[in-house]
Amino acid sequence: MPKVNLSVDGKKIQADKGAFLLDVCRDNHIPVPSLCHNEALGSDGRCRLCVVEVRRGNRTRMVTSCLFPAAEGVEAITQSANIALVRKTVLELLWARCPESDEIARLARSHGVSDVRYQKDNDKGKCILCNLCIRTCESVVGVSALGLSGKGPVKKVTTPFDEPSETCIGCGACAFVCPTGHIQMWDKEGVRNIWGRKFEMAACAKCGTHFAPLYQLEYISKTSGASMDRLRTCPDCR
Amino acid sequence: MQATAEQIHKIAQEHLQKQRAYEKVLHVCFGPGCLASGSKPAHEKLSAAVEREGLSRKVLLKKVGCMGLCGRGPLVVVGDDEVFYQGIGKRSVDDDVEMLVEYLKTGALAEKLLMDGPEKGKKYTHMSEVPFYSCQKKMVMEDVGRIDPDSIDEYLAAGGYTALRKALSMKPDDIIESVKKAGLRGKGGGGFLAATKWRSCRDAHGSPKYIMANGDEGDPGAFMDRALMEGNPHLVLEGMIIGAFAIAGGQGFIYVRDEYPLAVQRLVAATAEARRLGFLGEDICGSGFDFDIRIVRGGGAFVCGESTALMSSIEGKGGEPRAKYVHTVEHGLWNLPSNLNNVETWATVPHIINKGHEWFASIGTAGSKGTKAFSLVGKVQNTGIIEVPMGMTLKEIIFDLGGGIPKGRKFKAVQTGGPSGGCIPADHLDKPVDFDSLYDLGSMMGSGGMIVMDERDCMVDVARYFLKFLVEESCGKCVPCREGVRRMYEIVDRIASGQGRSGDLEHLEELGKAIQLGSLCGLGQSAPNPLLSTLRYFREEYEAHITKKKCPAGVCKPLIKFTVNEKCNGCMVCARECPTECISGEKQKPHVIEQDKCVRCGNCFEACRFDAVTIE
Amino acid sequence: MTQSSACCGGKGGDVTVDLAKVDGIIDKYGRDRAGILGMFQDIQREYRYLPKDAVAHVCRTLGVPLAKGYEVATFFKALSLKPRGKYTIQVCLGTACHLKGGPNVIEQFERELSVKTGDTTADKKFTLESVNCLGACALAPLVRVDEKDFGKTTPGTVKKVVKAF
Repeated sequence: MPKVNLSVDGKKIQADKGAFLLDVCRDNHIPVPSLCHNEALGSDGRCRLCVVEVRRGNRTRMVTSCLFPAAEGVEAITQSANIALVRKTVLELLWARCPESDEIARLARSHGVSDVRYQKDNDKGKCILCNLCIRTCESVVGVSALGLSGKGPVKKVTTPFDEPSETCIGCGACAFVCPTGHIQMWDKEGVRNIWGRKFEMAACAKCGTHFAPLYQLEYISKTSGASMDRLRTCPDCR
Repeated sequence: MQATAEQIHKIAQEHLQKQRAYEKVLHVCFGPGCLASGSKPAHEKLSAAVEREGLSRKVLLKKVGCMGLCGRGPLVVVGDDEVFYQGIGKRSVDDDVEMLVEYLKTGALAEKLLMDGPEKGKKYTHMSEVPFYSCQKKMVMEDVGRIDPDSIDEYLAAGGYTALRKALSMKPDDIIESVKKAGLRGKGGGGFLAATKWRSCRDAHGSPKYIMANGDEGDPGAFMDRALMEGNPHLVLEGMIIGAFAIAGGQGFIYVRDEYPLAVQRLVAATAEARRLGFLGEDICGSGFDFDIRIVRGGGAFVCGESTALMSSIEGKGGEPRAKYVHTVEHGLWNLPSNLNNVETWATVPHIINKGHEWFASIGTAGSKGTKAFSLVGKVQNTGIIEVPMGMTLKEIIFDLGGGIPKGRKFKAVQTGGPSGGCIPADHLDKPVDFDSLYDLGSMMGSGGMIVMDERDCMVDVARYFLKFLVEESCGKCVPCREGVRRMYEIVDRIASGQGRSGDLEHLEELGKAIQLGSLCGLGQSAPNPLLSTLRYFREEYEAHITKKKCPAGVCKPLIKFTVNEKCNGCMVCARECPTECISGEKQKPHVIEQDKCVRCGNCFEACRFDAVTIE
Repeated sequence: MTQSSACCGGKGGDVTVDLAKVDGIIDKYGRDRAGILGMFQDIQREYRYLPKDAVAHVCRTLGVPLAKGYEVATFFKALSLKPRGKYTIQVCLGTACHLKGGPNVIEQFERELSVKTGDTTADKKFTLESVNCLGACALAPLVRVDEKDFGKTTPGTVKKVVKAF
């Protein structure tokens, strides 16, 4: 991978050409906040928290660091009045959208947002529309049971037609990756509840613990070729 | 069939001869405006009358695209000297048709159907005398309203596809160089140099390369692209084919707004005709160059006018934009090199090729070359489609072409650039209209909507209107646009309802700046413009809403009240116009408006001819 | 306001979808995913709305996850997952129409038909919609009922428009 020389906050850095600025910053211990970026899933540019300013020649512009490719001679700064304005605005807006989210409130306060000046929403739950759940379901799990619906202020994450999804395998990866804990999932008496659907949990052949939905095991068996017999034993007992 | 140059020439000549056999050609406008005001029934009756009077061998009736002066429609233009008849059927279709037939028979002008001049009793006879037309400089609109858009023969007879033939004999690099020297800038909004984009796309690796036309004219108040696509679809195709040859493009797409079914139909038909004669498909005009165009319907989403969202939509996905750090000319549609221009930009290309870049560059200003089409609408006498040289002042456009403000009211502002643009006040009417000066004024060229507002328009209400539009049309992908714009709307809505608070304006400015800086795509980055520009030029109007709880223009319903004053002579007109029947009173006696039932629509105010309705 | 009302499966008003017809539409677009929006529009023209079963069938045939098809079906204003009335009344609220009183016209339609914008009358005759610019601004405010245009409307002309159908 060819290397390029750039600077972040005055610090000279060598990075892979085309590597995203956010990753370059983090690799060099320069903190940049973000909510919709995940190393395994890549970037989407939704949350706008990771904005930084880039100077090239005598032109300064604001860029999305999670999507901006490192190039020779880039001079980036991660702190400025404008950057602070955007980050504070984003966090205040998200706090107003998701007043129940402790994570957003914490992040907002840490950026100097003390209060919300808007009427707080009560219908959005804790969902900030970062899309991590959808991307996980699509590219990690490979089932695409989740998607977006609508546009603008009514946009939301949902299963098709807001009904229990036929393709969902109940794996819970979406709930696991959700940064605010919006996605509700609970296991009770050998049954997992998620996205309005119930999944029978498989009991471990050895220890008897309900460790994964049967559907998920069958899906893994089908896609990986591993035998169901082997999969029916929980990872701890294997 | 692969028609040779000679065959094409023959088709054109034969078509011209056929037309010359008629004594008179009568153009009936089938543009969107005239259709809505009844040109179709007028045409049918006219056609029947021509037949009945035995004139069908002398008179040719032609259905053409938009003639421009939509507010005066239905329009009919006759003969080479372009006798200009307007408002056909406004009173009675039968009477008007009768007058036209009389004119066709005897040559006696149908005086009643001519347009009034500024002096009493004086009428304009020919199109060229009407300032609305004489002040224009037509290029892409030249044949719109002159030719039958359903016929490729008409286009050929008007010199169509000669630019393509010429371009195919040129080196692609020379075409790009010519477009560069012409100084052609993208007419869809941004004003990016077309040749720069073409060059990068040509140089980019990957195949096939996609050539796209943006016909997703989503700006409310703009319809010149519609007039162009419906009125001369082949011009758009010809420009695209030339561009594709220059860029080495392999497949083309025209993305057309769903609300324009006729444009879709015309373009689909035009591509089939072009294919039939070998202007599209394999081995175009025997040059060895292959290229074809597909028409794609939009789905009614404003954001799909944004290039990456448009491409996402063509790919069969929802229309979410993406960051453009990797340019679409390198990685666009299906990740391949893609060149997108607005339909008007494409339609300009054949003119540059045919008449030369020197000619093109001689029109316009230093930084903005050529012409621009606008839709001139709102509170202006002459509403419709115009095309003017870049650099014409707003004043010339609104007062000379547009004929000024109706009802003797005062000009207040002109909105350009749609939801991404801003409102420009009277102080700046002498500014030239080009990409850069409009930007400096806090607005932008946009695709070409020009909406004139008078003293009865409230700038807070206008900002509220655009914000509401943007709230609904935001794709919802990024936080500043999705959440920020709806919060701006909430605040402005509150101000318009008399619930404004001190500090609101500063808050709006701060939020607006953050949205401009932090949004992902052009829609979000420009979303605060309508608000910020009105705040910049009409701050006192906002302050009146907040501190005095008054709407000076008398628009914001919670802040106004309609009453009848002593000038009322009891004519009952207002009562008849009232949709909720809340005006009581008898003939010759002063009327009273029942405030509980009044919905503040202002119909009574507009209807009263005695200034007897007051807005408080 | 959520999109949940969009799901209409089995709740009445749903039509039986002729899958052969849908297949014909899919074939017209070369069974290519890129044509999905066009397919949905053509299906909607057939049924006056986009039935859920048709969305599912298109997705199955194209091998597109239903969640992705649903994204497209709900993103575009031109598509409706709710059954619509016999006639669609579109009141233009483009800028010119707004300035010239479009909002008063749509409010009058709401009163006249006793529906909210976006909804269908109880007798399933009319669906009332607002639309952002129909491109005939010189005739503002414009009302379109299916293919028929009415220019320079006022609250007073609303009754006439409704009566014409």
